[in-house]
Amino acid sequence: MENIEARVKKIVAEQLGVNEAEVKIESSFVDDLGADSLDTVELVMALEEEFECEIPDEDAEKITTVQQAVDYVTAHLNK
Amino acid sequence: MIYSRILGTGSYLPPTVLSNATLAERVETSDEWIVSRTGIRERRIADPDQKTSDLALHAAEAAIASAGIDRNEIDLIIVATTTPDMVFPSVACLLQEKLGIHGGPAFDVQAVCAGFMYGLVTADAYIKAGLATKALVIGAEVLTRILDWEDRRTCVLFGDGAGAVILGASDTPGIRHAKLAADGRYKDILNTPAQISGGKIQGMPYLFMDGPAVFKFAVKALADIANKTLSEAGVAQSEVDWLVPHQANLRIIESTAKHLKLPMERVIVTLPEQGNTSAASIPLALDTAVRDGRIQRGQTVLLEGIGGGFAWGAVLLTY
Repeated sequence: MENIEARVKKIVAEQLGVNEAEVKIESSFVDDLGADSLDTVELVMALEEEFECEIPDEDAEKITTVQQAVDYVTAHLNK
Repeated sequence: MIYSRILGTGSYLPPTVLSNATLAERVETSDEWIVSRTGIRERRIADPDQKTSDLALHAAEAAIASAGIDRNEIDLIIVATTTPDMVFPSVACLLQEKLGIHGGPAFDVQAVCAGFMYGLVTADAYIKAGLATKALVIGAEVLTRILDWEDRRTCVLFGDGAGAVILGASDTPGIRHAKLAADGRYKDILNTPAQISGGKIQGMPYLFMDGPAVFKFAVKALADIANKTLSEAGVAQSEVDWLVPHQANLRIIESTAKHLKLPMERVIVTLPEQGNTSAASIPLALDTAVRDGRIQRGQTVLLEGIGGGFAWGAVLLTY
């Protein structure tokens, strides 16, 4: 679990070009970390690559915070 | 075995420049917004009396001169366009008349922004089959004429222009490998659905795009087809001297380059000054880099493009 959180935070920091320390579990990509619509698409693609999963568009729309990304990956990783 | 190789390149941009600042006076947007999301700073707009075949003619004449051939040697004309002069005849036939060369086959291909890939691969196949020896392949568009200038999500993205190559039969490649693909299931995320029927335009006559959906599909499809083209040809990513991508969005180009492990120094980018010229963008970028001396004879060049349909393709060649 901690491992997934750390990996998600690292990807978020890389994709959005922010310091990893700024990425909190409650951070919103758009409101707190300055992401635009294309950033969030790239972020979802990076998560898909890192965790070797497909995130359908309807699910991707609901992933707007670090917590939601961690929850999604956790729920879908061991299926 | 007959191969095809590029004998010469040419391009043309209409003179009128439309900057982001000028656009921001017409529609609610800003230079900062457009540059940060697309990389585009300005685009060219065709004069009201200029049609696609007029832009194509300029590019064709430059390519003929650069190839050092007599225009009467051309025995195939393929024009890739989404914005033809009229319903019919094809732009290729109208261009043939303007070039003053008659009798050889001439036709248009419609694969939107991937049109030049489809046209080039078609010409390559004609030459390999012995059906042509010198093909004029053009991407030409006046895409700004199908834009809704009140839709700030799309009207900032496109420009007008034309690019051309002369593809000639050769004992050595030339074009080493190519792949084309299409998936009609994605027809609804990028389209212009209008048609002419009963003397009227039926349906929405402006370009529609779901930007984020197109972005995601484009990055995946382009990286996939480019990598497959390389691996099937037995060419390593590191052996590619130049990537000449369709110029749609700087962030798509950067993302594709990253997937191909190519530094941006080896990617030809004309987008900031030209915007997305649809089927014209790849030959425009190719001609720009040939003329400024970046692309040299003998170098390995990978072309790739994607557009509405969806349709996409990649061509690996030795210039």
